[in-house]
Amino acid sequence: MSTLTGTGPLVRLALRRDRVVLPVWIAVFALVAAFAAAATASLYPDAATRVEAAAAINAAPSLVALYGPLHDPTSLGALALWKLGGFGAVLVAVLAVLTVVRHTRGDESAGRRELVGSTAVGRGAALAAALAVGWGASVTLGAATALGLAAAGLPVAGSVAFGAAWAGAGVVFAAVGGVAAQLARSARAARGLAILVLGAAFVLRAAGDVTGPGWLTWLSPIGWAQETRPYAGERWWVPALSVAAALALAVVAHLLDARRDLGAGLLADRPGPGAAAAGLRSPLALAARLHRGVLAAWTVGFLLIGALLGSVASAADELLAGPRMREVLRALGGEQGLTDAFLAAEFGVLAVLASAFVVQAALRLHAEERARRVDLVLSAPVGRVRLAAGHVAAAAGGAVVLLVAAGAGAGLGHGLQTGAVGAELPRLVGAALGQLPAVWVVGGLTVALIGLAPRAAAAAWPALVAFLLIGELGPLLRLPSWVLDLSPFTHLPRWPGPVQDPVTPLLWTTVVAAALTAAGLAGWRRRDLQ
Amino acid sequence: MTAPTVAVSGLVKSFGRVRALDGLDLRVETGEVHGFLGPNGSGKTTTLRVLLGLLRADAGAVRLLGGDPWRDAVALHRRLAYVPGEVVLWPNLTGGEVIDLLGRLRGGLHPRRRAELLERFDLDPTVAGRAYSRGNRQKVALVAALASDVELLLLDEPTAGLDPLMEAEFRRCIEQERRAGRTVVLSSHVLSEVEALCDRVSIIRAGRTVESGTLADLRHLSRTAVTAELAAEPPDLAALPGVHDVEVSGRRVRCAVDADALDDVVTALARAGIVGLTSRPPTLEELFLRHYARTAHPAGRT
Repeated sequence: MSTLTGTGPLVRLALRRDRVVLPVWIAVFALVAAFAAAATASLYPDAATRVEAAAAINAAPSLVALYGPLHDPTSLGALALWKLGGFGAVLVAVLAVLTVVRHTRGDESAGRRELVGSTAVGRGAALAAALAVGWGASVTLGAATALGLAAAGLPVAGSVAFGAAWAGAGVVFAAVGGVAAQLARSARAARGLAILVLGAAFVLRAAGDVTGPGWLTWLSPIGWAQETRPYAGERWWVPALSVAAALALAVVAHLLDARRDLGAGLLADRPGPGAAAAGLRSPLALAARLHRGVLAAWTVGFLLIGALLGSVASAADELLAGPRMREVLRALGGEQGLTDAFLAAEFGVLAVLASAFVVQAALRLHAEERARRVDLVLSAPVGRVRLAAGHVAAAAGGAVVLLVAAGAGAGLGHGLQTGAVGAELPRLVGAALGQLPAVWVVGGLTVALIGLAPRAAAAAWPALVAFLLIGELGPLLRLPSWVLDLSPFTHLPRWPGPVQDPVTPLLWTTVVAAALTAAGLAGWRRRDLQ
Repeated sequence: MTAPTVAVSGLVKSFGRVRALDGLDLRVETGEVHGFLGPNGSGKTTTLRVLLGLLRADAGAVRLLGGDPWRDAVALHRRLAYVPGEVVLWPNLTGGEVIDLLGRLRGGLHPRRRAELLERFDLDPTVAGRAYSRGNRQKVALVAALASDVELLLLDEPTAGLDPLMEAEFRRCIEQERRAGRTVVLSSHVLSEVEALCDRVSIIRAGRTVESGTLADLRHLSRTAVTAELAAEPPDLAALPGVHDVEVSGRRVRCAVDADALDDVVTALARAGIVGLTSRPPTLEELFLRHYARTAHPAGRT
């Protein structure tokens, strides 16, 4: 019996389990790309307007850091998919990581792999099947996207290259997920590790594109996606890099898999304390204990990203900015002052990322319920709301910590450039915290789902992706204002910079967040536990 | 007479279209060890989760320690401890941390008792939750429950993952709890354990209570297995009322006898001259199988 015996049936099992999730995600990616392409065509009808916009973008290091450079100023396709290329590749990579970890470590943690492993299935089959599904999903996603773009009227060659670029990011990070699944001690840790690598890839790409040296970009699989240069003189050999890297990582994962025990990571468990610290005596302390590791990692990430983006922000002011660029930046969410406009846009993106932390932190309550760990705690004299409040506090407090870290990082990075750390630090921390109410609304929405519609609790994730897309592409797609208004991030003042009447929107979003949380907790208190 | 610790009558709980509990009755007197038996999926865990206030009863009266388990959950939980059937721990908390946390949430545990229980159950408290075997996870919850000073223990198949040595230790612990005057509700499939530990048992099937009482009561309702070696040809026992499954081979006869027919049977046998006689009360297993087996027949559930 070879180590891969049984891979086929396991692939079918995984596809059966993901029969809804994967097609929905693939369709969302393909449709968003096609709509973005169609919308931009009407925005920039002739080459002259495109050249002007491209010059503005390429001259703004802050924009290049976030979204990458534009390689062909005359190309409609390159401009239309400029934002989506790099950002989309990151999201595709997340999808690939989640898929592979779900079918490797996730199954092991849940004890399902033992059931399967006891049958006539080879030792490497679970990993091989998960990689096959991750790769298959990435390639299908790329193909669907290419078809959508071509159907939207863009050149076929560029569309194929764009699909290949996205697929390449997915293929590489599926394999990264496969390696992380062998190293980490749990599925949660494996996802964290792979996402950390993804963050590093994003930062490498940004650093290589802006501050140089340029070869840094080539260390990053996200950089490869952009260097495929769809619609801008396609470089067909670049996706081959992704394939080669993915195969190499898959071999590494396979070798690691063969060396470790089922359920154990290569980073081994050490004995812990035999008794609890004096402070571990309340649901709040338990929640703090459960969330602190994840929050610490996120905080470091937010500090670093904030510092990176803060340090390139000031370059925007030194430009000879044409009216076109001002318009572009305004579309990105700025009011005035290019640096501030960029920083405001940056905080908008970071706030959505912080919301991802908040969603997973709040969903922890749901995971605890489904695993019936809440039964243990609730069988002690602990009220339901008191137990839930621990996780809600971790989510809400975590949002504060992350936004402060982003603002502090930006303040340091920007302040060191301008020599005014003392002034920039509090100003930018305050500006970042201006996003807090919207982040809390996302958290409140998650709590409301858990309390009132527990079966649909995971819908918080697609809701967050929808908010992200509304924010990033809404103005570009000229969506009607009621659609834009659905996202809590639409309503907030765009700090830093002068803002008229910031109090009203801040107050109202906070009230909405509180109401959603209260409704969720009321439902959680009154319903049957699963 | 004091109020019972658990008084459930006519309890109904549905999940969607599935009626998990269908008029269940359960009465547990204060200070007794009560066995709670039933086939898989008969509603044992659902009943315990209603008693804990994790699920709300659709209908019926439920009283626990004199209170309403849904409304007074927090106050009642100061006085009880629970061991779930499948213990799931936090992967990154050690067993010792979980024991301390649960103990403190219940208002403190005895350090000496904690140390003694760890010793008795041979449990290493420094291992992270993710690294424990099923049996060891169960021990963590057991130590946390037994080290707390509570009136009532709700135990859902607590020995399902334990090895025989640990099972014996568990029995000794429950004996101690009984002597200390605590009330124990023990859902279990290990019939020898229930037979050894429980004062009274309730057997449920398909969400209803089918038998409840002391083991002696239940035995009385069941048949005694009688085997006799006779001096002469066996009499026609099958003709007597209350005698079943008569098997004759030569001068040896075996049959199953209802409790109230025993006298007649022994009289009839004595007339033929008894050389050897064994009579065995039904084991709990036989009782149990009789009740369970009906689930298999379509007539058993309509």
